Amino acid sequence: MAEAIIHIKDITKRFGKTVALDRLSLDIKEGTIHALLGPNGAGKTTLVRLLATLTMPDSGTMNVAGFDVCTQGAKVRHQIGLAGQFAAVDEFMTGRETLEMVGELYHMKKADVKSRAKELLERLGLTEAADRPAKTYSGGMRRRLDVGASLVYQPKIIFLDEPTTGLDPRTRSELWSIIRDLAKDGSTILLTTQYMEEADALADHITVIDKGRIAAEGTPAELKKSLGQDVIEVRFKESQQAKGEETLLKIDNNLNIDSLTGAVRLPAKDGSKTLLLAADALTQAGIEPEEISLHRPSLDDVFLAVTGRKTK
Amino acid sequence: MINSFFTFLHDTLIIARRNLTRVWRTPQLLFFSAFQPVMFLLLFNYVFGGAVSGSTSGSSYIIFLLPGILAQTALFGSAQTGVGMAEDLGRGVVDRFLSLPISRGAIVAGRTLADACRNIIVVSIMIGVGMALGFRFEQGILHALAAIGLVVLFGFAFSWISLTIGLAVKDSETAQVAGFVWIFPLVFASSVFVPVQTMPVWLQKFAENQPVTHVVNAVRYLSTGNADSSAVLYTLIWVVAIVAVFSPIASRLFKRAV
Repeated sequence: MAEAIIHIKDITKRFGKTVALDRLSLDIKEGTIHALLGPNGAGKTTLVRLLATLTMPDSGTMNVAGFDVCTQGAKVRHQIGLAGQFAAVDEFMTGRETLEMVGELYHMKKADVKSRAKELLERLGLTEAADRPAKTYSGGMRRRLDVGASLVYQPKIIFLDEPTTGLDPRTRSELWSIIRDLAKDGSTILLTTQYMEEADALADHITVIDKGRIAAEGTPAELKKSLGQDVIEVRFKESQQAKGEETLLKIDNNLNIDSLTGAVRLPAKDGSKTLLLAADALTQAGIEPEEISLHRPSLDDVFLAVTGRKTK
Repeated sequence: MINSFFTFLHDTLIIARRNLTRVWRTPQLLFFSAFQPVMFLLLFNYVFGGAVSGSTSGSSYIIFLLPGILAQTALFGSAQTGVGMAEDLGRGVVDRFLSLPISRGAIVAGRTLADACRNIIVVSIMIGVGMALGFRFEQGILHALAAIGLVVLFGFAFSWISLTIGLAVKDSETAQVAGFVWIFPLVFASSVFVPVQTMPVWLQKFAENQPVTHVVNAVRYLSTGNADSSAVLYTLIWVVAIVAVFSPIASRLFKRAV
């Protein structure tokens, strides 16, 4: 696995009496998609703003791409791209003008600015709308343009602060595929999200943040695993309920029966193998379940377990 | 050193151009920014002109009034600076700029510069309307240009006050209200509409010494010669003093706001 490209050590950030980040330490590996997951006010945005040199920590050190964030801000800014929580696009400028302006602010050559803007517009599917003012863009197009603006200088590290908040599912999946493509090109992506499914779908590594501290950390699979094993859930017709329970008891005597719905839950020690075993046993006993399914714990379950609260 | 100054200049111009794009793309906004002072000019000229002109040393009221309206226009224009900055802060535009390797001062300087450019346009429109009503620059083109320059410079200085307010309240709607309330007494308790000598003595003291009166008298001097030339100097002193006091405050608030 690659080296860490972002080192965060003992970072504390206060706003008045509120502690936004509390001695937080974290390493982010080069070339990965890393998700910061947590509810509103957990400190995700604060961490991104600190790493992007927008604000200074009260204590602790941060290193981005080999540069100290607190003392070498200008060098760090050449390595990063930021797409903030709002689509910060200028309503009155066209998509092309927005991207070209960012290029000019990086002091890129005129010709490079033009070709880079054109390339990004194509890549983000904005070529047709390139010369229209952004006020005519849909929410998804604005987000894409905003992400595009963070990519102009081909940054090593891209910060995406809640890139899909407020988007409809189709637009969200479009943006997801753009993010995946960026990672394929070797960029390191740090994204914040409130959505479990987003972290699960995109991230190589997830850090769950709650109240300015790390609540849990790991790959999506590791996080789910830490919650325990998979579960098989079976529903029977009322006439077959008793016989069904009896059959499943022979596989595992650790059955859990929902008193309300009658659903029978059986620990799947070997995952799908246990599922096939249960299905075979039921078939041989002449029982036809109404429903049989294998449940993996969701990231929502992880979140509930580590923070004691449900996600949105 | 020189290099970083050029970076600052380059970045300031790009950000100013970005802010001005909004002006070009919404001509209706420009129209209405000019509409308000035009209305003031027409109302005051035709409603009060007759009553006031007796005391304006025989010249027609428009000659007295237009320099005042120019200063008022520049002031109202500069009040937008803080509103625009609060808007950019709220919408994440400032964050975007700060994440780029640009001169940080360029973000505020670009805004004040853009608003100064907009003031040039609106002030020019006002002069056009004034001339249609009988106003003339009697001292020639150089004096006319100096008068425009002085008014725009005056607006530029007040942009820094407006910016300070915008950065302090951080909300564009509050900035809108807070940015205008204090301008009214400055405009009315001055030589904009009536000669200061007609006011009660205690108010005269304030009116004679406040910056709006100075800039209005300076423009009167440059247009007709009917004022003391020292007003030009006093205006420049006020401009320097305002920028010297408010630009560091605005910079500090800017650092704290982000």
